[in-house]
Amino acid sequence: MEKVFVNDKDIVIPGEPLAEGFDFLPAGKAFREDEKIFASTIGLVYVKGRVIKVIPLAGKYMPKRGDIVIGKVTNIGHSGWTLDIDCPYLADLNIGEASSEYIDLRKASMNQFFDIGDYALTEVTAISEGMFVKLTAKYRPYRRLVGGTIIKVSPTKIPRIIGKAGSMIKMLKDHSNCDITVGQNGLIWIKGDAEKQALVSRIIKVIEKESHLPGLTDKIKHMLEGGK
Amino acid sequence: MGIDSIKSYMSELLKKGQREDGRKIFDYRKIEVEVNPLARACGSARVRIGETEVLVGVKMDVTKPYPDSPDDGTLMVNAELIPLANPDFEPGPPSPQSVELARVVDRGIRESGAIDTAKLCITPKEKVWTVFIDIYPMNDDGNLLDAAALGAIVALKHAYIPKYDEKEEKVLYKELTKEKLPLTCLPVMTTFGKLDGNVFLDASRREEKSYDGRLSIATLENGAISAMQKGEAGTFTEKEVFELLGTAIEKGKELRGLIKKV
Amino acid sequence: MGGKFGAPDKMIIGGKRLDGRKPDELRPITIKAGVIPSADGSAEITQGETKIVVAVYGPREVFPKHMSIADRACVECRYDMASFSTPERSRPGMSRRSTEISKIMAEALMPAIYLEKYPKTKIDIYVEVTNANAGTRCAAITAASVALADAGIEMRDMVVAVASGKVDGKLVLDMFEIEDNFGSADLPLAYMLRKGEITLLQMDGELTKEEIQELVEMNIEACKKIYAMQKKALQDKYSVEKKAMPDAGEENGN
Repeated sequence: MEKVFVNDKDIVIPGEPLAEGFDFLPAGKAFREDEKIFASTIGLVYVKGRVIKVIPLAGKYMPKRGDIVIGKVTNIGHSGWTLDIDCPYLADLNIGEASSEYIDLRKASMNQFFDIGDYALTEVTAISEGMFVKLTAKYRPYRRLVGGTIIKVSPTKIPRIIGKAGSMIKMLKDHSNCDITVGQNGLIWIKGDAEKQALVSRIIKVIEKESHLPGLTDKIKHMLEGGK
Repeated sequence: MGIDSIKSYMSELLKKGQREDGRKIFDYRKIEVEVNPLARACGSARVRIGETEVLVGVKMDVTKPYPDSPDDGTLMVNAELIPLANPDFEPGPPSPQSVELARVVDRGIRESGAIDTAKLCITPKEKVWTVFIDIYPMNDDGNLLDAAALGAIVALKHAYIPKYDEKEEKVLYKELTKEKLPLTCLPVMTTFGKLDGNVFLDASRREEKSYDGRLSIATLENGAISAMQKGEAGTFTEKEVFELLGTAIEKGKELRGLIKKV
Repeated sequence: MGGKFGAPDKMIIGGKRLDGRKPDELRPITIKAGVIPSADGSAEITQGETKIVVAVYGPREVFPKHMSIADRACVECRYDMASFSTPERSRPGMSRRSTEISKIMAEALMPAIYLEKYPKTKIDIYVEVTNANAGTRCAAITAASVALADAGIEMRDMVVAVASGKVDGKLVLDMFEIEDNFGSADLPLAYMLRKGEITLLQMDGELTKEEIQELVEMNIEACKKIYAMQKKALQDKYSVEKKAMPDAGEENGN
């Protein structure tokens, strides 16, 4: 018996049966149990040929190797920095990963590179057995994020804030003259004129909340041009 | 410590008379008040200030009066900062923050004489009504103080005294009389934040994380002040306090207008 | 337990209960997902006059550190009754009853959660009963399951719960306060429908083996109806977001 129980782009809930048959492949937040495939989270199901994929509509950030994340420095140790990347685990930026150049601690102190309270753009390089997250900031564009402001959105909404092929972010940058950097962990750094920073923060909150409403792009253009 | 860039950005906005969420310095967020949402309370209120939401319930019980005021009913205010409302609240015994919240709301009401305690006497020296006000934040997005105080006065204003069976000496909790809890005035609280020398009204949780201090002022319709509380480690100058007293009285009128509408 | 002071003479008259329901009829239920913005997931349930709010925080870091489990998440539940939720003001804070319910609630929900996907973390489930009119632990589990799903936590199935019992010698579903106080037995049950697994089972009173079997079956039938309401609550919240999702190709949700 081969059967698909859902339609493409249906909203599914945890434990909901999606398909039956060994030919189907579960992907994303879908799992197989014997001949059946089920969803493991609230999500949207995509049925593409034999692939049954569930994309989550909610959830906290869980680190993966290769993710670009924004973190806040919470501690300076002997051999590196501890960063809070808004996930259940602390992340470690080793001194050898902080700069492309050799850091000589006889000539420089660690807080010249990253001080407590600073934000940094980094990449997740590994997650060890004991759930220790390793970061690097060795190469561009990874760096200390100087000044600006940080806002937090649900990581599942990051693709909508970036927009199709980066169109939304580009529009925000162009109209506000702000530097905007998005971390896959849901933290967004905005730097520009204080009033523009506040405006971009408000607009991103609108995108997060109203991304489903028609005419969103027009509304955002209107906000960027000084409307309410 | 590095430079707190979020704080300096908020400070820069405040200097220009602006806020991150688009408000002016002395604007409240949108305030919504729902009357008697709790079926089992004598009176209750749900108050929303922006995304901050507080439930307040008034319950009454018959107790022995205090020896120094044998003809007066008594008041008890309690706040439970339940961990449901804020990721930083922890379960366990009442925190200093929850005790402060309850006591500041208590003073605003008690010292104004808003509750006519003489009318809550059943038998002098023996039996009086105790009014319990219980405050439960459901979502904390800053300024719980004003939301709690507003919820408390709305719940009191719409509270009915339960029936009391004198023979059995039992309160019939499920049967309220048509008699309202006697109120004499409407104290309301307005809380100001101060960040880098800039004062502003109704801090959001994000602003609370950056501000240096706060000042709460409870006002009455006759222009009197019934309670004040400075909180957090920041300081205020006397000039700032005097100016804020005037602003508090003005803002109090706005809040009282809301109370009278519902 | 019959014949208690204050008990009504009869609780079932002409096959109908005091609130007009048939023996196997649920009270009206509404469930809403996403009611507490500060929480990672949340839900509100009203079941008759019982009203409960549940918030989920996590998976998040464990404090103190030594409480963490190397290969999975730990789950803690805090069931609390607001002081104004009962006829007489109840003393704020945890009672012995609340402590027990908190423990069995966590244990009723844990079998559904993919704990091994979140090693060394903690999932907190906070329950606040704002109006108590019987059946609170079951309604809380039903709502907590919606709140966990709303938090995006990976689960094998939803957990649904309901109580039934014996009133006036008849077996009835989903008692309200009077029936709960003066009935002769109470049997709360939590259930995962997909594989037919009971995750919470309690009973107090006096029942025969056959009566227990009948009550368990009645509860499971009711769970199917409540499951549909859980699903609708989640769909209602998330359907607005459906239109805004890009095509699958632009995502990498592994």
